[in-house]
Amino acid sequence: MPFGNSHNQLKMKFSSEQEYPDLSKHNNHMAKVLTPALYEKLRSKQTPSGFTLDDVIQTGVDNPGHPFIMTVGCVAGDEETYEVFKELLDPIIQDRHGGYKPTDKHKTDLNPSNLKGGDDLDANYVLSSRVRTGRSICGFCLPPHCSRGERRAVEKLSVEALGALTGDLKGKYYALKNMTEAEQQQLIDDHFLFDKPVSPLLLASGMARDWPDARGIWHNDNKTFLVWVNEEDHLRVISMQKGGNMKEVFNRFCTGLTKIEELFKNKGHAFMWNEHLGYVLTCPSNLGTGLRAGVHVKLPNLSKYRQFEEILKRLRLQKRGTGGVDTAAVGGVFDISNADRLGFSEVELVQMVVDGVKLLIVMEKRLEKGQAIEDLMPAQK
Amino acid sequence: MASSFARILSSKRKVGIWSLVGAGSLTVGFFLNREQHVNAGAHVRRIYPASAEYPDLRKHNNCMASHLTPAVYAKLCDKTTPNGYTLDLAIQTGVDNPGHPFIKTVGMVAGDEESYEVFADIFNSVIRERHNGYDPCNMKHPTDLDSSKIRGGQFDEKYVLSSRVRTGRSIRGLSLPPACTRAERREVERVVIDALAGLKGDLAGKYYSLTLMNEQEQQQLIDDHFLFDKPVSPLLTCAGMARDWPDARGIWHNNEKTFLVWVNEEDHTRVISMEKGGNMKRVFERFCRGLQEVERLIQEKGWEFMWNERLGYILTCPSNLGTGLRAGVHVTLPRLSKDPRFPKILDNLRLQKRGTGGVDTAAVGNTFDISNLDRLGQSEVQLVQTVIDGVNYLIECEKKLERGQDVKIPAPISQFK
Repeated sequence: MPFGNSHNQLKMKFSSEQEYPDLSKHNNHMAKVLTPALYEKLRSKQTPSGFTLDDVIQTGVDNPGHPFIMTVGCVAGDEETYEVFKELLDPIIQDRHGGYKPTDKHKTDLNPSNLKGGDDLDANYVLSSRVRTGRSICGFCLPPHCSRGERRAVEKLSVEALGALTGDLKGKYYALKNMTEAEQQQLIDDHFLFDKPVSPLLLASGMARDWPDARGIWHNDNKTFLVWVNEEDHLRVISMQKGGNMKEVFNRFCTGLTKIEELFKNKGHAFMWNEHLGYVLTCPSNLGTGLRAGVHVKLPNLSKYRQFEEILKRLRLQKRGTGGVDTAAVGGVFDISNADRLGFSEVELVQMVVDGVKLLIVMEKRLEKGQAIEDLMPAQK
Repeated sequence: MASSFARILSSKRKVGIWSLVGAGSLTVGFFLNREQHVNAGAHVRRIYPASAEYPDLRKHNNCMASHLTPAVYAKLCDKTTPNGYTLDLAIQTGVDNPGHPFIKTVGMVAGDEESYEVFADIFNSVIRERHNGYDPCNMKHPTDLDSSKIRGGQFDEKYVLSSRVRTGRSIRGLSLPPACTRAERREVERVVIDALAGLKGDLAGKYYSLTLMNEQEQQQLIDDHFLFDKPVSPLLTCAGMARDWPDARGIWHNNEKTFLVWVNEEDHTRVISMEKGGNMKRVFERFCRGLQEVERLIQEKGWEFMWNERLGYILTCPSNLGTGLRAGVHVTLPRLSKDPRFPKILDNLRLQKRGTGGVDTAAVGNTFDISNLDRLGQSEVQLVQTVIDGVNYLIECEKKLERGQDVKIPAPISQFK
């Protein structure tokens, strides 16, 4: 909640033991790390904008989690959250991001010419290619904590910056609250429209406050470059197209992002980034690159192969249904993307996807012909 | 049993209220009287002017949106209650839920007792609209829990299937569900169940904590229609009332299952007296006795209910101020309910109808939930009497229609007595 300093003073009148949440039935990263001792140590702190420990963990307290799925259970309200509450967030980051240590440095590489290949994924199998990430604007609180004034300022700045894009990136902004019926239907048909969050994971963190105020969607005229404003993050940036030319998708992604960053800088606003965490986003799971590069690919035979999961694990890939996270695959078509976000650069992650998907297709073709694929089993990346 | 929490030492009659807070803090004194002096809390840190923060209420249809002008917003947006509750927090539910073109919701909540004082400029307008003109600035709310004053109250059970009276009570000194910390909520639970454990005779009962309940207990409570669930209505979740669920929530009921208390759901407590059949007099008698006994028991420990002369009993939602009382019956009126004058008859009797599933449900098989419309400006005795007289009239109408006689729309009864 915005500017909750005074609330924190109220809590300090009670002992840490009296305030410590009941996490006995919980299974999320926050619950694993937040001992009573740690709660006591951190509860008097707040970021300069007034974000408190209880604000960070509320979503994890309200959503005990699922026995099989491990959610993060906390969010950042501003850039400083990751510093002020590092004793809580560092172990969570380490656990979530494959052992990433508090002293590790994250490499950013948005130079698309460093990507080898990726322009020739077999279009008989790869239906579409997509790369997404998020960006936060320095000096503004993040969606769980921002006030209406701040959120509107983020929107205004974003619309101005995006309005300056030219060439094949030239496009238009559709504010959620001003959209006409026709525009809304078109955006739905294009699969661009995002809706008010319904997931209790997001609602409990306060991200849906004041909906749909200052939320909107920008996309270029070609419908290959899309930006969401003030949904789960300040900005979500998406490059996508039909077919298997991931290189082109990534080219546009990098070019577009770099241009947008420049336009924001010209207005005196940088993106939140540091050497250790890379790009700073609302959810700790999206730190580093915040990047998910993926394809929709037909793997009807391979997906039934007994070692499918193991292959994906070794390639550092994950599968989802084509409806996105937590959906089931339809007609043997899977969404295959990088599993990592932090500790690898953008180029490295997209390379993993390109190389990995190539191998998956080779395997699929072999299985189609009834041939064995044991010799193709990859080593753990 | 030592407690580091606020101990309130006052009576309803006294003008001044002192709250002593735990180790290392200030002593905050505040006076709740007609002149409304409240020491506000620290100012809110704000980068943007009020005009940049003012919510977009153009598509909204709730009481808050009708009265929160940019000027009122600007006046109040930097204030906080002594506990730190702000205007933005109070109105969040109304901003997030524009409302329905036909149903006008309230659109704001109180985070603590002082909210109604610190944000009086908006709350008073909302109260006036919601409570049909009751003006907190120059009117007093009467409280009367003397059930011996009730005349009649035993309905014809050919028509009345069940009778029920409910209200809410808040514990003074602890923040309300939208704002309370986990420790405060747990303290509410402790104070209330400690008092309920002191009830005897037909009121003796047992507490079922939502976190500790076993499967069997849960099933029994569902079968008895006693169990409440985590709120799903966005009106409530946007106000922050479901935080930390199910911590410190529970249900208490007496062994006879005629007196029920919900702890830390929408209010600190919701108190319900009910039974099958038409003996509303006995339901209300038990209601008053139970409430007064619980009040006595918490006062023994130095606590009291939130109440003042202007607003009566203080609850989270402004719609429940005053008595917070809804007295109602499930009554079968097959002929009268089809008469086109039915809504007008109800209106003049100051009654409302709902389906038997509660608010926003449809009636099933000619059985309706009929209850009082008003909450504030009339006492508990007056409202229950209104329901008794009104339901008797409805039953008389039904009987007349059975005999082929005509019915009359009664003269409208006056609202504020």
